[in-house]
Amino acid sequence: MPVPIELRAVTHAYRTDSGPLPVLRDLNIKMAEGSFTAVVGPSGCGKSTLTRLIAGLMRPDEGQVWLGGEIIRSPRSTVGMAFQNPVLLEWRTILQNVMLPLEIVKNSLSRAQREDRARALLALVGLEGFEDKRPSELSGGMRQRASLCRSIVHRPQVLILDEPFGALDAFTREDLWQTMHDLRAEEPFTCLLITHDLRESVFLADDVVVLSGRPATAQYRLPVTFQDKRSLNDLYTPAAVEMLATLRHQIEIAQGRTTETAA
Amino acid sequence: MNTFRKIAVPVGAIMIFLLFWEWLVWVNDWPNYKMASPSDLWPAFWRFRWLFLEYSWQTLWRTVAGLGLAVVVGTGIGMIMGFSRVAREALYPLLVGFNAIPKATIVPVIALMFVGQHDMNTILIAFMISFFPIAVSVSIGLSTLEPEYRDILRSLGASQFTVFWKIALPKTLPEFFGALKVAVTLAFIGTNLMEIVEPHGKGLGHLFDSGKINADYPLMFAVLIALAVLGILLFYVVVALEKIFAGWAERSPN
Repeated sequence: MPVPIELRAVTHAYRTDSGPLPVLRDLNIKMAEGSFTAVVGPSGCGKSTLTRLIAGLMRPDEGQVWLGGEIIRSPRSTVGMAFQNPVLLEWRTILQNVMLPLEIVKNSLSRAQREDRARALLALVGLEGFEDKRPSELSGGMRQRASLCRSIVHRPQVLILDEPFGALDAFTREDLWQTMHDLRAEEPFTCLLITHDLRESVFLADDVVVLSGRPATAQYRLPVTFQDKRSLNDLYTPAAVEMLATLRHQIEIAQGRTTETAA
Repeated sequence: MNTFRKIAVPVGAIMIFLLFWEWLVWVNDWPNYKMASPSDLWPAFWRFRWLFLEYSWQTLWRTVAGLGLAVVVGTGIGMIMGFSRVAREALYPLLVGFNAIPKATIVPVIALMFVGQHDMNTILIAFMISFFPIAVSVSIGLSTLEPEYRDILRSLGASQFTVFWKIALPKTLPEFFGALKVAVTLAFIGTNLMEIVEPHGKGLGHLFDSGKINADYPLMFAVLIALAVLGILLFYVVVALEKIFAGWAERSPN
């Protein structure tokens, strides 16, 4: 079952040779259970730090990260992650790659059940027939599909996507957005998506959070006003254009190119 | 057809090499103390065929033992250096320094240290000369592991050991086998160094030494060829192991 995520007054700095480098300051974000939140912001504003905090790979200097009523202090098996780099293991087949989390996370599934689960997911993202191929035999988009399957195979409550479509060409990316909608219809999870692509954030998310420049704080929150069943054509409606223009403006403020204060 | 080619091409190359060698000696009319020709070698082999078998075996098993030790110790050191930055900074100068010492100078030291322990001495030198590339490649393989690889398992709560076993170790295997191929040849050098510099009546190095003492030049050349054959043999054993354990790293050529 999906759980709500909440960041409360999170402040974090990296220790570097030239003193502390603050990346997040008093960051508050709330994500309802089962919601899909996209986070956009200027380069190097601490978006990836955010994913590592929610995954429990790091602890914030100050503030807390809450997952379903518990403070995150260490990694937990109810989280799934996917990155820009699909990081598939070359020595395993696609099916074995997708099954990897089931070897780590405690579960009562038999080997056959694990395989069925992985095969079902691969079919859902359109990789039927590629189960026994090696990652090197697949295209970039297909590898990323397999990586998405791996991130949700263990039915995580929370899915963290760190620019998973960033390295793909435009058409492949749009295909994967559609796949992401299909996955979300089948699998319950609360999702955080880090992205640089404003169209992507609007097409996929229920809410878009704009982070300010470093040290980052939640500068603006845009509720996406599409209906649930979205198509790519929706991106070219006046409502969508207006949302994109708002986000674009907020990004410029975050980058410090506009002095006007955030709304 | 493909298998035939795989065997025919290298065998053909060796035949051409031998013919060229024979021709070179014949054309220059070199006496066999200057350069023995391939046709001189066969009688030398045949005359000492039992000694060749026995000594080859001695050289081979001690080389393999030294190599095995190098794999265990080299991988261990590589793991320590790969996972700990402090250990890497501490061990690198020591390792490089040790590796820079010509092993020929260590041979008498070892021989004095463990008088009479011929097998152990030989294995030790083979080990010392061959563990360095293994340690370096394993440490580089582990320390250059992209953080995302670690994170996909760490974020699920996997232990360091699980990350090592499921990801770091298999990912390092291609580098490891690359280093092992270098180490095989080095280990042979180590074994023969001991057998030639401190002869103790064992191994092909000893046979080489007795060829020298008796001015039996074709025998000396025959020993060199026997060493080359052993080296090729062991090298292809490593290649076969690599195919089994790290065959995934080989991309089809297209």
